[in-house]
Amino acid sequence: MKVGLFIPCYIDQFYPKVAIATLKLLEKVGCDVDYPLQQTCCGQPMANSGYEHLTGGCNDNFVSNFAGYDYIVSPSGSCTLHIKHHLHGTNETAATEIRSRIYELTEFLTDVLKISSLEATFPYKVGLHQSCHGQRGLHLAQMSELVAPPYSKPVQLLNLVKDLELIQLDRRDECCGFGGTFCVTEEAVSAKMGKDRVADHLRHGVHYITGVDVSCLMHLEGILKRANSNVQVKHIAEILTATI
Amino acid sequence: MNQPTLDHAHAAIEFNKNEPRVNWHDETLWFVRTKRDRAVAQIPEWEQLREAASQIKNHVLSNMHDLLVQFEENAKRNGITVHWAADGAEHNAIIHGLIQKAGATRMVKSKSMLTEECHLNDYLTKHGIEVIDSDLGERIVQMRKEPPSHIVMPAIHLTKADVGDTFHEHLGTEKGATDPQYLTEAARQHLRDTFLTRKVALTGVNFAIAETGGFVVCTNEGNADMGAHLADVHIAAMGFEKIIPRAEHLGVFLRLLARSATGQPITTFSSHFHKPRPGQEMHIVIVDNGRSRQLGRPDFRNSLKCIRCAACMNTCPVYRRSGGHSYHSAVAGPIGSILAPNLDMKQNADLPFASTLCGSCSNVCPVKIDIHDQLYKWRQVLMQEGYGPAAKTVSMKAMATVLESPRLYRMAGKVGRGVLRFAPVTVENRFNPWYNQREMPEPPAESFRDWYINNKKA
Repeated sequence: MKVGLFIPCYIDQFYPKVAIATLKLLEKVGCDVDYPLQQTCCGQPMANSGYEHLTGGCNDNFVSNFAGYDYIVSPSGSCTLHIKHHLHGTNETAATEIRSRIYELTEFLTDVLKISSLEATFPYKVGLHQSCHGQRGLHLAQMSELVAPPYSKPVQLLNLVKDLELIQLDRRDECCGFGGTFCVTEEAVSAKMGKDRVADHLRHGVHYITGVDVSCLMHLEGILKRANSNVQVKHIAEILTATI
Repeated sequence: MNQPTLDHAHAAIEFNKNEPRVNWHDETLWFVRTKRDRAVAQIPEWEQLREAASQIKNHVLSNMHDLLVQFEENAKRNGITVHWAADGAEHNAIIHGLIQKAGATRMVKSKSMLTEECHLNDYLTKHGIEVIDSDLGERIVQMRKEPPSHIVMPAIHLTKADVGDTFHEHLGTEKGATDPQYLTEAARQHLRDTFLTRKVALTGVNFAIAETGGFVVCTNEGNADMGAHLADVHIAAMGFEKIIPRAEHLGVFLRLLARSATGQPITTFSSHFHKPRPGQEMHIVIVDNGRSRQLGRPDFRNSLKCIRCAACMNTCPVYRRSGGHSYHSAVAGPIGSILAPNLDMKQNADLPFASTLCGSCSNVCPVKIDIHDQLYKWRQVLMQEGYGPAAKTVSMKAMATVLESPRLYRMAGKVGRGVLRFAPVTVENRFNPWYNQREMPEPPAESFRDWYINNKKA
């Protein structure tokens, strides 16, 4: 099984440790992973700002990097969702193929690889931020608005980690307010949402906030640091590969 | 054509200057959302009900003309006079004409967001007609000369103290009074006098039934009934999308409406109007005002399924933290943000951007409107039509140029990280909205790609 590793631009530039953890995790569970070197960005920043018509170049670059893999896996629910819904291109056949083969990391581990054990230890209280695009867009977890049985793919995996204590939030799937360019164009609301999201985790005494989307975590981290908090953020891949 | 699209954002900055008030607003609406969650969880077939409602509405959208004609025939047979209004101006003129014909200069009105959309109160006031809103929340904001901030709870942005101050000024209640019982009693006496002395009453329409030619008005205060039953002339104002095919469909919508809105099993009053009582006149004004244009847009026609429950507002994390007035539109929140650009793209180009696209709105919607997908689609339409600020278009083009080129992307990344590491002041300043309330991410020495080449590539 040949897996193409898709590392979103801001993870590549600012959070290489998340990409390294993702690569190690995939290799640990037996995948043959390849990182196409010419990849850049999925085009979501432009598309969500109303400029999807400017994303043709990003699309074609994505297709030329990722055509032909059995699976494409990414440690970002949001970018994965964007590709799944909006990737088109000069080579539409390849684009269609990619849209059906791309997976967010936790759904790949639970749905495709059906992982039932992991050698990981993380002896801390952890709060999970259910990022909206992963949760409501990719259905990584049941949403609180629906009358339906609960499930959560990230929780399923975190439950495999030894000594990890997962806390329950008061608002289990409230948005953190990142929202792509929303975080700067609507700075007042975005920051307030982030502060409220962080406060929910802090009320429950977490040591770490985790999630499947680094963008949300970057936003929450910025707020935690401004408040001089000791609480840190860690992408779920970092926790799933943690050992002591 | 280019104009700034930051109205909502600016209003939100103002709203957020008083953080305790934002907290209170957020918690009050979240309380309603959780009440809704508890109520719907008691209905095992909730998701099937939503699906049924959605399909009935799909049928309505596809058969709008026939259903409206059928409704008109049956309503006329019942003795109701049916009027058609192409836009807000016609709607206002028809209602003004009916008031004049009745020889009245005063009218009592229960809740109708359509009349807000058409600015009826302003129009009638300018023409010398006094209008008193009988919904308590609407009466409060009317006294304050403010528009409603929410379609179900029009005064939800106000505290008990705000209401006390308003009543002190307008109804002569004691200064500083905040006791709900006392304030409600004052409002009750004031409105009772209004109901008894108005010859013309206007109500909205929640559901109009094609099969019977009757309509249903839902309230929690009984104010629509009090106005309509005591008046000589009852005028009902209705957007044409309120039509449903048959009486049996009411059961689906009445179960969904109040649970989604407030977590109640049903509204306290669900009043069925079928014909005028002897000696009374009953009129219904059916309004288009852009609805047929929206019906003709395949991407946005679903927005006409809306039954105005406001569940999307209560759940919207942005609405809760920016307040209804920040949407500068009769219908606020996520649904308003997909309805308003249809009415005026230029005025409302900012609204589809007042969202993180979290998707919660689409999932609470009792008629399954794809609200967040429509927000995304409106963004594309608005920017392509040139309603984006010029600076935004320029920066997006630059961004696309960098991100589509692996070489430029890597160069920009390297420079960006370098700047952050060695000259953080260039971004850590008051001109960077991110930095206003958040720290910047710590830039690493090497990108993942660099690491990969150094560590993994043979």
